[in-house]
Amino acid sequence: MSTISEIPKEEYITTCTAACAGCSSSLSLRYVLKAAGPDTVLVVPACCTSVIQGMYPNTSFNVPVYNIAFAAAAACASGMSKAFRSAGKKTNVIVYAGDGGTVDIGIQALSGAFERGTDFLYICYDNEAYGNTGMQRSGATPLGAVTTTTPAGKTETKKDLDQIVAAHNPPYMATACSAYPLDLYKKVKKALSIEGPKFIHILAPCPPGWRYNSDKTIEVGKLAVKTGSWVLYEREYGKLTVSGPSRTALKKPHPIEEYIRAQGRFKKATPEIIAELQQSIEKNLARIKKEEEGIC
Amino acid sequence: MYEIRIHSRGGQGGVTAARLLALAAFRDGKHATACPFYGAERRGAPVVSFVRIDDAPIKIYSQIHNPDMVVVLDASVMETVDVLQGLKEGGKVLVNSEHPQEFPGYTSYHVDLTGIALAQDLAIAGTPIVNTPFLGAAAKLGIVSFESVTQAIREMFADERNVKVAEAAYKELVI
Amino acid sequence: MLMISTGNKAVAAAVKQAAPSVVAAYPITPQTEIIEQIASYVAAGEVETEYIPVESEHSAMAACIGASATGVRTFTATSSHGLLYMHEMLHWAAGARLPIVMANVNRALGPGWNTWAEHTDAFSQRDTGWLQVFVGTVQEAYDATLMAFRIAEDERVLLPVMVNLDGFTLSHIMQSLETVDLGDFIPANRLPYAIDVKNPMGYGPMTGPDDYFRFRWDIERSMRDAREVIRETEEEFARRFGRKYGPAEEYRCEDAEVVVVSMGTLGKEAEVAVDILRKEGIKAGSMRLRWFRPFPDLDLKGREVVVIDRDYSFGFGGVVAASLKAKTGIECYNVIAGLGGQEVTYNDIADFVRDRRIGEEMWFGVSE
Repeated sequence: MSTISEIPKEEYITTCTAACAGCSSSLSLRYVLKAAGPDTVLVVPACCTSVIQGMYPNTSFNVPVYNIAFAAAAACASGMSKAFRSAGKKTNVIVYAGDGGTVDIGIQALSGAFERGTDFLYICYDNEAYGNTGMQRSGATPLGAVTTTTPAGKTETKKDLDQIVAAHNPPYMATACSAYPLDLYKKVKKALSIEGPKFIHILAPCPPGWRYNSDKTIEVGKLAVKTGSWVLYEREYGKLTVSGPSRTALKKPHPIEEYIRAQGRFKKATPEIIAELQQSIEKNLARIKKEEEGIC
Repeated sequence: MYEIRIHSRGGQGGVTAARLLALAAFRDGKHATACPFYGAERRGAPVVSFVRIDDAPIKIYSQIHNPDMVVVLDASVMETVDVLQGLKEGGKVLVNSEHPQEFPGYTSYHVDLTGIALAQDLAIAGTPIVNTPFLGAAAKLGIVSFESVTQAIREMFADERNVKVAEAAYKELVI
Repeated sequence: MLMISTGNKAVAAAVKQAAPSVVAAYPITPQTEIIEQIASYVAAGEVETEYIPVESEHSAMAACIGASATGVRTFTATSSHGLLYMHEMLHWAAGARLPIVMANVNRALGPGWNTWAEHTDAFSQRDTGWLQVFVGTVQEAYDATLMAFRIAEDERVLLPVMVNLDGFTLSHIMQSLETVDLGDFIPANRLPYAIDVKNPMGYGPMTGPDDYFRFRWDIERSMRDAREVIRETEEEFARRFGRKYGPAEEYRCEDAEVVVVSMGTLGKEAEVAVDILRKEGIKAGSMRLRWFRPFPDLDLKGREVVVIDRDYSFGFGGVVAASLKAKTGIECYNVIAGLGGQEVTYNDIADFVRDRRIGEEMWFGVSE
């Protein structure tokens, strides 16, 4: 598959969700479900998707959605996957969790489920803060970003979730971005073809949280990739391959300012912080390049 | 009701001794309970377990404060623990020892359970197994039948040497 | 089959016969023997159960929830701090109407670390929507676990059930155990609204006040209906297997002028105290409360009541005494005893009755 027109027409999310205008996490989920198909159950901890799906007795999703407590998504999926397998069912069990529910409160359950080799796909859609409660700092918030609990900008760096997941040696893990739906679609397809614990980390720009206009959601996502702030890759059985859209950034990333200036949340970032962000991008790109070449 | 308190050291098999004895009594058609007193004790620390045997169902869960009999599976425990505490007047004391033990006011018995175990090379990680030989001694003292002792041992252990040491203790104990 | 067993192994034996599809559990003293035994049944292929060795109790209950939601039978076991760590998920399991069965080996709470029996762990979960039964013998631990699956999965109930047994005192004691040939005593689990990809639904989404309120009322209605389901189940158990159970086990209560109300193993010990008191001419009886949720109707009119609480609600009183007073209006002599495994003998219980001061509270061995 090479063009977006080849993605199935079936929709598993109706056009009437409760998402914010320009929400990239619901956009991502649309493609996740197109790739997964109807034999799928979503496990959703407290996050924006708890709201986006709609209010009882309605639902805007056309697959079963199991809502579970904040810290418990990966564990709930563990039990569900085992139950389906014990009944001889191949049903996809997909956790769709925000960054807070993944890198902070849910990380213990995530680690446990991966260590146990649970047959499921864990997707973290990362808008780099607690969006559902109105943008408080999370472990995934980047350095310098203003949130309601870091009014002067975050003074710590973003937690490297992918390195943590990689330490569990899953058979498949990947990064993705809502601005590249075809790339995301293919990665979900591939993940679900593999048995065991799979992980996809989606960067999901958030108009109200990142403070940009709703119509810029794709543009901001593309800038994240072009500047190398977000690198698209997949790691299959430990072998890393950088994905097409990130190839250019790997050679010559756009300056970080292009990404930062498109958002209001970095308005308090000092030149020193911007320089530090730029340095961390270069360091990360160099590391990924080395890993892909098999040097480390 | 007949109440027995077993003194041993953690890791020595005192809890299993209690369970074996209860099982043997149960196979005799009696009601029996075995309960260890669990503390934070680790390997080597003095521990106690309790066995109650009765013709009627046993409803008591508290510890045995006035036993009819005290069993000491490791004589060195007596250096730090008053094993006679609460023992009924004229009660029995059975000590794992080569040498006779004197306890004025009580009926004392001794048998070298450790020696019997070693003679059969019966040990776990270097610790001689004294609980299965103890069962033979308990049968000799009339607490349980010898048939039930062998049955109980075979229910819990596959190694026939456990039955042999029970037989040896049964023979060696002088009453 | 007649054998002797510990309380823990009796629970495991019942679970093996109920054959849940999924067991997710985390070890904790003094519960560990239950899950070790189940793990060994699974490893030996003696039961077709998926055993999930989770990384915490919160995850144990979450995994049971995820599994149970697909319609399969699930079980877990815990104790003390493990139960408390599950707290959020206990509410979730009941709210999601999932018939999960759990054994809780009652143990005190830290600090300081204490692994001995106490009931505060279970009572601090009393408002989670779980049915709670407390057992007094190894046999009852087995019987109650079997019945728990049938009660939980009954469509009139569809709520989780917690089987409570005293840590060490019962979990580790060896007593006789008669196992049964289960037959069809526990019908197949048919969970309405189990997850079905052909009929996709949202489970536990955002819910407005009116609907939410109705769901809570549904839980309470099922709790009320559970009384009848429990009665039916216990009657059927007696009919098939010969052992009778009820909301409380009464001993020499018919003509009793003073009744000792207690729970767990203390309730059996109290029967010995009653026999002693009767010999002295004191018309005593014992009522061992078995079900705590739903709380049964107890007939205590016209008797003096001594309640032994192996628990405490700080700043208020013993939980059992307070519950009895709230339900029956009866003033009692409330003895707080056995916390953290404090030794309480039948002689002590007889003393509680002899020295009773109705309307007062006494901390055994501490207060006058």
